[in-house]
Amino acid sequence: MEENPTSWFMRVTVTILFLFLLAPVLLVFPISFSGDQILAFPPSSWSLQWYEALLGNTVMMSAFLTSLGLATVVTVLSLIIAIPASYAIVRLKVTGSEFLFNLFTAPLLLPTIVLGLAILIIFASMGLLATFTGLVIGHLVITLPYALRVLSVSLGNLNLACEEAAASLGAKPLAVFGKVTLPMMAPGIVAATALCFLVSFDEVVITLFLTGPRMTTLPVELFHHVESQADPLVASVSVLLILMTLAVVMIVDRTMGLTKAFMK
Amino acid sequence: MTTATFDMPVGAQKSFGTAGVAVALLLPIALVNAIGFILPVLNLARMSFNEALPGGGIAEALTAANWTGLLHDSFYIELITNSIVVSLGITLATLLVSYPIALYLHRASGAWRTFLTVLVISPLLTSAVVRTYGWIALLAEQGPVANVIASMGFQPPRMMFNTTGVVIGLTEILMPYMILSLMAGFGRLDPKVEEAARTLGATPFRTFWRVILPLTLPGIALGCLLCFVLAISSFITPKLMGGGRVFLLATEIYDQAIVTLNWPLAATLSMLVLIIFGAALAVYSRILRMIEG
Repeated sequence: MEENPTSWFMRVTVTILFLFLLAPVLLVFPISFSGDQILAFPPSSWSLQWYEALLGNTVMMSAFLTSLGLATVVTVLSLIIAIPASYAIVRLKVTGSEFLFNLFTAPLLLPTIVLGLAILIIFASMGLLATFTGLVIGHLVITLPYALRVLSVSLGNLNLACEEAAASLGAKPLAVFGKVTLPMMAPGIVAATALCFLVSFDEVVITLFLTGPRMTTLPVELFHHVESQADPLVASVSVLLILMTLAVVMIVDRTMGLTKAFMK
Repeated sequence: MTTATFDMPVGAQKSFGTAGVAVALLLPIALVNAIGFILPVLNLARMSFNEALPGGGIAEALTAANWTGLLHDSFYIELITNSIVVSLGITLATLLVSYPIALYLHRASGAWRTFLTVLVISPLLTSAVVRTYGWIALLAEQGPVANVIASMGFQPPRMMFNTTGVVIGLTEILMPYMILSLMAGFGRLDPKVEEAARTLGATPFRTFWRVILPLTLPGIALGCLLCFVLAISSFITPKLMGGGRVFLLATEIYDQAIVTLNWPLAATLSMLVLIIFGAALAVYSRILRMIEG
């Protein structure tokens, strides 16, 4: 690239803008090691007190466990529901499959504040508010579109030849699916798993409408905490959330890398 | 079972079986879609025509009172205009801070480009609550931003619990969406075209204004549409950074639904957000036709 004042100017501008983009996330790390009682940056002293406070905070810890359990159940159900659905839409090509695909992914087009309110009103009449079942259904509404999309793309990219070969050699449809199609979909399934887990684990707005004092998730508890007092405890929770996301992304990278290596 | 298969014509048996299997495979997702999406949304539309009773009660009715009430209440007229104006401002700010990054990324290549793209996407994987909290720390009264402004000899403005804070926070939160939309629309921008303009003697500014900008207009339109609809429906950042002093559509929906328990009004405001979505989409396709044609 030629060296001229414009490209130099461009580089400085882009660096500043990247700092602006990343500042709030990066800031959370030093604040979590603050020795102060209140939120201040830079902290006047350093300590691990806010991590200790987090471990001793029963509300946060139980909300964390709820989130973990909820995200796990939602992810497993999303796969169980979306894998057959993607097969029906992509492979069986039922009449109006394009319409069905658009219908089943439509919840992502609605703002979560509207969807959350809509679900709140219906669930209130069904007695599903502040229940684990209610949270599971509420989260499925937004994880299923992601799962269906990722799995359909994955299934659509598969080479039909292997399945046809298995079928022509006398394998029953279910055996073809279980022994050929499903293993070949592995990268898509891993991606869908990670996506569903992260979406469910991070969901705030819809969950805010469906939780109550008896049943709450970590992001919702974090929201209420920031709303009432912005102390460094939020930073230590945030660091854990970020590390957890990072772990999921790295697991996917590892598994996908491994799967690809194995298939080649 | 086996005898039946022999009796049936092969084609008919296959199609019958396929349809049955497909219905079974699609039933669970259709159920979740019906209970968690179609039914709630239809019910929400219906709720906007019900009558709210004092104390959180709801009377089944078919009245347009919620809708006409909105248009006659100066608080709501201001709330709606304010939401639209603030969202437009956020969209413009997001475009200005995202465009240089998108252009730089479009020109970058190899591992450097991959690394920077990961940096752009990574905030998307971080909860909006966490990022808003980061902004609260940055913009607090004695915070780092205020200190820098003070050290330059200026009186730091109030940046928290007012619209300024909400605009700054949301601009940063929406940046990844804008950058990715811009990059998606930058496909037509060939470095050779820029080079041609430069070798023909155009100044960098003229090259940008006459060549780069027109070619990137479709990406700009897409990014602006996306950021506008996300801004006007965003809730977490205005709620936390507005500190109850910034009134926007999304925060009002939540307050009416959870605090005041006026569900018919909350439903009406929700429907209004969807109408604004539709209007934004119409404006977008019109602008796109103008650019293309």
